[in-house]
Amino acid sequence: MRLTLPNLTWAESLRSLTRGELPVVQWQALARAILLPLIGLAAFLFVWAQTAPLINTSLGQFPGPAQVYAQAGNLWAEHRAEQARAAEFYERVEQMNAQRLAQDPNYVPRERRFSGRTTFIDQVKTSLQTVLAGFIVASVIAIPLGIVIGLSNSLYAAANPVIQLLKPISPLAWLPLVTLVVSALYVTDNPAFSRSFLVSVFTVTLCSLWPTLINTAVGVANTSRDLLNVSRVLRLSWWTHVRRIVLPGAVPMIFTGLRLSLGIAWMVLIAAEMLSQNPGLGKFVWDEFQNGSSASLSRIMVAVIVIGMIGFLLDRSMLLLQRLVSWDKAAVLR
Amino acid sequence: MTHLHLDHVSIEFPTPKGPFKALHEVSLKIDKGEFVSLIGHSGCGKSTVLNIVAGLHQATAGGVLLDGREVNAPGPDRGVVFQNHSLAPWLSVYQNVELAVRQVFKGKKTRAEMREWIQHNLELVHMGHAMNRRPDEISGGMKQRVGIARALAMEPKVLLMDEPFGALDALTRAHLQDSLMEIHADLNNTVIMITHDVDEAVLLSDRIVMMTNGPAATVGEILEVDLERPRRRVELGGDPRYVQHRQEVLRFLYEKHAKIEEFPRRQAADRQRKAPPQARKTG
Repeated sequence: MRLTLPNLTWAESLRSLTRGELPVVQWQALARAILLPLIGLAAFLFVWAQTAPLINTSLGQFPGPAQVYAQAGNLWAEHRAEQARAAEFYERVEQMNAQRLAQDPNYVPRERRFSGRTTFIDQVKTSLQTVLAGFIVASVIAIPLGIVIGLSNSLYAAANPVIQLLKPISPLAWLPLVTLVVSALYVTDNPAFSRSFLVSVFTVTLCSLWPTLINTAVGVANTSRDLLNVSRVLRLSWWTHVRRIVLPGAVPMIFTGLRLSLGIAWMVLIAAEMLSQNPGLGKFVWDEFQNGSSASLSRIMVAVIVIGMIGFLLDRSMLLLQRLVSWDKAAVLR
Repeated sequence: MTHLHLDHVSIEFPTPKGPFKALHEVSLKIDKGEFVSLIGHSGCGKSTVLNIVAGLHQATAGGVLLDGREVNAPGPDRGVVFQNHSLAPWLSVYQNVELAVRQVFKGKKTRAEMREWIQHNLELVHMGHAMNRRPDEISGGMKQRVGIARALAMEPKVLLMDEPFGALDALTRAHLQDSLMEIHADLNNTVIMITHDVDEAVLLSDRIVMMTNGPAATVGEILEVDLERPRRRVELGGDPRYVQHRQEVLRFLYEKHAKIEEFPRRQAADRQRKAPPQARKTG
């Protein structure tokens, strides 16, 4: 087994530890991998707890870790209560339908939906679905387009100014346009998606498209000359050339782009939800801000932390996906 | 009919300062089964000659005929072994060869036949044991062997080798040269090989084509190597004909067409000339 101390992950060192290999080195690695991050977190919480009471806002003191933790519990309890109410409601509907059906065999039960409050957890789910939808749409556009642009120097030169121009545009600038365009074009009698969902999705798409597009194009354009020559000597078809030579070589760059895109997508979505009052975590934050109760600040802090954690997890899952997909297992990913 | 005929091949590359003439009327006739080396100083356009035969570059004047047909695009009838192996790092040794075999024998061989053919070629270069390794898991010499196997597996009419052993250490290079001689004796391929190495050229070739320095490089002299095969490097070392051939090539390279590496010296001279005049007066 090759041992390179700094790159050893904690899972690996734990495994070796249980086998009793090199205890001292492994303990050191374990300490490095687990203890140091814990110390960092503890220091952060300490500074937060010490400074929070010093800040007085119009809604009272800025919440420390303890208040935020308590509010997180409250938010979860509210969600459970709401779930219980929903279950109760559906049970009642079923009973009613059964009674009606017993009286009148021809009775066709009507679909009834529970219209309770949307809880924090619901908002998290909505945001996750929206960000993934937007990110997938962006990737489906950006990767093929990036390949085509990267394959041709002329196309690259032509597309580059447009990409550079569109890339830095803030989601807040796109939002009114996307809202109007979606309202104008998405006219159906029984919509499969709500309009607000589409507005959020397309705003996310428009903003998160660019890193994947640029990185894919650069990755494709940097295919090694030798391999291009091999491909020419073999007279590989366009499709085989792309599939066997170009695409595998560009995979690391594509993933770099995808990770950047997913990060941007998540940031953009929260801003877009806040501004457009579309359901999601952004709306939750805004509503709490408008609500202005004494618990609001703590509840916003819960949302902020959850936003951070989800962003982190999204990035990690992309990394995991890269490890699964990429041929270059030796690449150091962080 | 000549197997491979380079007929007054010239090439110019456009540069911002106007066209640069790299090759001027390179003419060469090569018979089937012949092993020809191109030797010359770096930058003399050896690789350009090879690339034109491969079809990767287009001659601006003159042309290349292979069995009477003009070469104007790359194709698998001219297998190329590149200097730095150029294997796809994401494919295993087997898959790298497979990529070529599938392309060339699509519809002509069944899957099982292809499999056998790939294995056969890898065994020919003594790489049968490492078929499922990735290129980054094998040594430089092994990579080059796989590169040769890939080129051979295409059953090319001509094998083009661009300094195939240039990046290898001396021992590995000797091994690969022996392998190449074995393969050439077995299959009797037509080979054009670029080299910097005088011993390699004499050891392997039927003819050594010595090129003049660029720009507008062309064929300077052609040396027939009349040493019977099979050749053994150890015995050849003392053979007076071998020594004489070596000397002829060396004389061409270092006396008749010596390349004066004047760049560093001239820079030093320039620096002296640009030294402040006062310094000179006081000194």
